[in-house]
Amino acid sequence: MKRIITATVQNRSGVLNRITGLLQKRQFNIESISVGRTETEGISKMTFVVDVEDFQKLEQLTKQLNKQVDVLKVSDITEKAIVARELALIKVGSNAQQRSEIQGIIEPFRADVIDVSKESLTVQATGKSEKVEALIELLRPYGIKELARTGLTAFQRGQQPQVADLPSSYSLLQ
Amino acid sequence: MKVEAKMAMNTDSHSKPNTGADLLVKALIQEKVDTLFGYPGGAVLPIYDAIYRAGDGFEHILTRHEQGAIHAAEGYARVSGKPGVVIATSGPGATNLITGIADAMMDSLPLVIFTGQVASNVIGTDAFQEADVMGITTPITKHNYQVQSISDLPRIVREAFHIASTGRPGPVVVDIPKNISSGPAEEEYESTFYLPGYQPNLKPNPLQVKKLEDALAKAKKPVLLTGAGIIHGNASEELKEFAHHHGIPVTNTLLGLGGYPGNDELFLGMAGMHGTYAANMALYECDLLINIGSRFDDRLTGKLEHFAPNATVAHVDIDPAEIGKNITTHIPIVADSKEALKVLQKHDVESTNHGDWLRHLQEYKQEYPLWYNNPDEKMVPQWLMEKVHEATNGDAVVTTDVGQHQMWAAQYYTFNEPNRWVTSGGLGTMGFGFPAAIGAYLANPEKASVAVVGDGGFQMTMQELSILQEKRYPVKVVIVNNEALGMVRQWQEKFYEERYSESLLHTQPDFVKLSESYNVNALKIESQQHLEEVLPELMQNDEPVVLDCRVLQQENVYPMIAPGKGLHEMIGVKPT
Repeated sequence: MKRIITATVQNRSGVLNRITGLLQKRQFNIESISVGRTETEGISKMTFVVDVEDFQKLEQLTKQLNKQVDVLKVSDITEKAIVARELALIKVGSNAQQRSEIQGIIEPFRADVIDVSKESLTVQATGKSEKVEALIELLRPYGIKELARTGLTAFQRGQQPQVADLPSSYSLLQ
Repeated sequence: MKVEAKMAMNTDSHSKPNTGADLLVKALIQEKVDTLFGYPGGAVLPIYDAIYRAGDGFEHILTRHEQGAIHAAEGYARVSGKPGVVIATSGPGATNLITGIADAMMDSLPLVIFTGQVASNVIGTDAFQEADVMGITTPITKHNYQVQSISDLPRIVREAFHIASTGRPGPVVVDIPKNISSGPAEEEYESTFYLPGYQPNLKPNPLQVKKLEDALAKAKKPVLLTGAGIIHGNASEELKEFAHHHGIPVTNTLLGLGGYPGNDELFLGMAGMHGTYAANMALYECDLLINIGSRFDDRLTGKLEHFAPNATVAHVDIDPAEIGKNITTHIPIVADSKEALKVLQKHDVESTNHGDWLRHLQEYKQEYPLWYNNPDEKMVPQWLMEKVHEATNGDAVVTTDVGQHQMWAAQYYTFNEPNRWVTSGGLGTMGFGFPAAIGAYLANPEKASVAVVGDGGFQMTMQELSILQEKRYPVKVVIVNNEALGMVRQWQEKFYEERYSESLLHTQPDFVKLSESYNVNALKIESQQHLEEVLPELMQNDEPVVLDCRVLQQENVYPMIAPGKGLHEMIGVKPT
């Protein structure tokens, strides 16, 4: 199952290496990872999308992350009300005739063309991973020359539903 | 001409630190470090110079290999409970420490390791004796630092000692570039620290404690499984009180030995692959398993589906990540072992009478005790361990490597006190025992320090005989010599149809002559009679000694849970 995990970390040297090394050593599959600074100086936020077998593995993952000295907080926000976005840059082969056709495809996705050349154009798309993937599939017939994705970044919405349904094997353990 | 070390200049150079290395020395003094284990080299020249100038402040143990230094520091940490401190140079000096760092990580030993590093401006250029110590040690340390600025050094040292010795202890590496240790230092830097991401929880959650008490009130077949957490938490007395109050039988993990008195009536012996039948059957049949400070290692549990299949599992551990890692846990208690036991003891819980259960286990103990066949003349290793116990009144600090001799020492040297047993459990490191015994001696010079080692393992770190030659520490080395990598040979005999591939060590040095060349007294012993004549005197006197004990070569460790089998499927439980 795919889970979205965020970790707030102290921005000390080696912290990214320590965390990715930990995930590798304990055999967790990372689908994407994004890191960046936060509103507080010296504090960074990481967002992982991981594929774990079951809730026991998931609990191990969050506990192992929490154990690191430079990790301040770990949250599994998969089942929370969240805003989650990723950005994709897609370079698509196109001639002059195809440009307006492509424009028509990307418009409902609220994506933009940010670069044009004789044989190609580059689309910038932002959104949830499923949306980005749907757009990529639609553009594939034109020939994707280059594709770069940032990975998901996410946090919780300002307002959360009052009652959260906890999964049955949820542990209160930190 | 012989070069002599000049007397340290007894100046007040340390009231006014003038280099980063002086700051380091000052910080070590503040941490009350009195013993260092290390080896000099290019990148730590400034540090060694500061140590030299500091005069008699420290006992520095110059091992002959960095691996010896770190295992000695592990022995020191295990027995004293204080962090062992290691210094090594950059590159090969640091990489020679890796086995010991990984060992300390697995067995939760507090170490603070200072490695030299090339100067900051050449890091990353493949400079002479450069190695990526941060990258290499990240997966095998509790935490690691590379010092980026002199002003950070005092704070980092304090953090390193704090992290190494609190919570679940572990090794912390501090990598110090040469320009930091040799660079000019101001007199004072801020050393207070705040680690918001590191706040170990010591007090148990009252709700979970209540759950455990309810389970205990109902349990008909409870058992206590305790590990090194009892020893780290200094909770032996509390454990004994708790076990006796409720009449709960106790078993120990390999690393937990000594945490509960081995001669106590409620003690079932060690559990696990070479544990006793009674201990393993207690874990198999129990209806309430209270694990305090052990991590359900695979060598303990055997096949997971047969581990305590009908039990409510309660697990007290200071490291939340250990709870639920291998075994589904019904009652998780994140706490220090002593704190948890104190709280449990405070509440007067009525537990049921476990008389039938205790009688049942007693029958197992009587029916299936540890056993060995003892021919008259030749020495068998189990007998040898019993004799070492006798000759040291069961009060020595015993260290081992890994393998057959380790299991025999665990089975037959009954430990009645904590901090007497120093063994490489998790990583299973050959060559650990001898240097660890040197560190153990320095941590507790009052007790005899006995290194029980195999003929294979001893050859991995025997160069540390130099320390005995120089310092005359009365470390007693007992080589359980079966001219083989015994445990490898045993597995080849049992599971590989006696194909002894590269496991027989018939070619070996004359350990007596070798030891004598280091001016250490040594004896080759081949018979029971000879051993009985010499052992009591040699174990009690103030001189180091190496005993090359030639034991029956084909002896195997029993009983045993074969790989892939469950706790209840032990083999070799009865004499053959």
